[in-house]
Amino acid sequence: MDRAVAKGRNGPQGAALGGIDHAAKGGVGMVSAIETSSLTRYYGALCAVDHLDLSVKQGELLAFLGPNGAGKTTTIRLLTGLIRPNEGTAQVAGYDIGENATAVKRQVGVVPQRSNLYAEMSARQNLVFCCQLYGLPRAVWRQRSDELLATFELSDRADTAFGALSGGMKRRLTIAAALVHRPRVLFLDEPTMGLDVRSARHLRAMIARLRSEGVTIFLTTHMIPEAEALADRVAIIVKGALAVVDTPEALRARCAQEAAIEVRFERTREVMVTALRRARGIRSVSRSGEALHVAVDSVDEGLRVIQRTADGEGARLAQVRTVVPTLEDAFVHITNLDSEVMRIGGTPGGKRR
Amino acid sequence: MMQRSRWMPAWYVTLKDIRTYYLKPPLISWGMLFPIVLILAFFLRDPGDIRSAIPGLVGMTVLFGATSVEAVAITFEKRIGAMERLLMAPLSPWALVAAKALSGALFGLGTGLLTCALGCIVWRLSFSPYVLIVLALGSIAFALLGVVLSLLMREVFDAMTLTNFFRFPMVFLSGTFLPLGDMALWLRVVACCLPLTYTVDGVRYCMLGAGHAHFALVVDLLAIALFSVGLFAAALALFRHRLEDML
Repeated sequence: MDRAVAKGRNGPQGAALGGIDHAAKGGVGMVSAIETSSLTRYYGALCAVDHLDLSVKQGELLAFLGPNGAGKTTTIRLLTGLIRPNEGTAQVAGYDIGENATAVKRQVGVVPQRSNLYAEMSARQNLVFCCQLYGLPRAVWRQRSDELLATFELSDRADTAFGALSGGMKRRLTIAAALVHRPRVLFLDEPTMGLDVRSARHLRAMIARLRSEGVTIFLTTHMIPEAEALADRVAIIVKGALAVVDTPEALRARCAQEAAIEVRFERTREVMVTALRRARGIRSVSRSGEALHVAVDSVDEGLRVIQRTADGEGARLAQVRTVVPTLEDAFVHITNLDSEVMRIGGTPGGKRR
Repeated sequence: MMQRSRWMPAWYVTLKDIRTYYLKPPLISWGMLFPIVLILAFFLRDPGDIRSAIPGLVGMTVLFGATSVEAVAITFEKRIGAMERLLMAPLSPWALVAAKALSGALFGLGTGLLTCALGCIVWRLSFSPYVLIVLALGSIAFALLGVVLSLLMREVFDAMTLTNFFRFPMVFLSGTFLPLGDMALWLRVVACCLPLTYTVDGVRYCMLGAGHAHFALVVDLLAIALFSVGLFAAALALFRHRLEDML
């Protein structure tokens, strides 16, 4: 990659983040940043990743969306050479994960679910240690660490022990640590999980900036709005198998023909959900907190059915409105799962009808 | 950016471990106090016999120094997720095992040399440069033993218990307190299977003279080197086998 061109496009901030300003070359003939072929991983009898065929273009942000236990983290561990597949192959940054795991590790940055830097070492010491781990020359350790601290707005905490940082700061520093060697591909495993709204929003803005600077990002998340906001394409994985991969717009379009109504009852009971799911003219019902998302054949008929069902169950409607299909609707439409399984702690067992 | 030598990242893991675990006031104090207290206890028990006891105490301090943190470091890092970070880095398993063991070996060597120095300065025991080789090899073997024990256990407390299960019998069975020649035959056979036996015997050879040692120095050195190679192979195999437990 031409350094001058890269800097011209990214500017100094882009170079600080990593962007496409890489000195290390990818594997020979690299076209896709990630290419998997029938990638499979078992844990005993459980198939955690089931014949995954996936291609991620260079510079793309792919959101890997699925409920807890769907196989997202296992996929990241396979693609970063931490564990070996039982079947299939994958190339990351042009290198085969089985044959050249060390070369893969040089080309990728990984942000695991857990912010796992050293608690007693300061923010700067942690970044310097990561520079050392990736074999960067001594002359750039301090400079690179300070660049990243500035980029992630942690300069004033450079000498604070990692253990004393807030959750959001820890997360930002963990992402910074994954960027010290300017990786070609960045793997983010549930980066905003456990963060407060403000920190999560801040982090998403930084991920979007990395994406705009040309870093290929593989983002696993169980948060549908996060995937919708950040991703070029969304891959939905359920029980280890890839259900679909497409742009958020295309996924939404798949259920555009469906009319959808959002219903809130004064008190939402499970019996209402069950009754609606059984009613004629209702295509699907998914629950999102207190609201029920009801996909119907036609709005007029759907409203009548909802009213009739509510009357039959003695429930009072609090709010009814028609809605434009969202990625959440597409998720429900494609996976046949209740979107509630995407909440933390949800399990991929909740069939909707 | 230019990539540095493939050895350097492993060396920085060692330096990080030294800074994170060993350069802590409690451990430094322990490393200094342990040999002094041991020597003092033996001196008070029998002042006339302290010279012949010192090689055993040197071996014992090396064993305890090299395994003190090493036997729990990996277990601890597994728990806090730090091992996952190391595994994500472009380091081969053997480089990582070597890096983890080296910090413990250096600490063990330091505590052993301190005990040695006390023996040489206070009780005029002779100092041979070969003792450095014996202590260095012994430290490496014991640090690798610590890595093996650390890899075997999931919990820090279990790793500590298991380490003591190995350390204390080894101290009593390896000629540390009782010369090998005075042991029953079956105990001597057991002693020959322990790396501490050859470390203590080698130190005895170097500090007290060939007449006080059971084996020739070359036998001691070869035996400790073989134990080191065997323990490294065991640590590497366990490391690969337990890789997913560390994530």
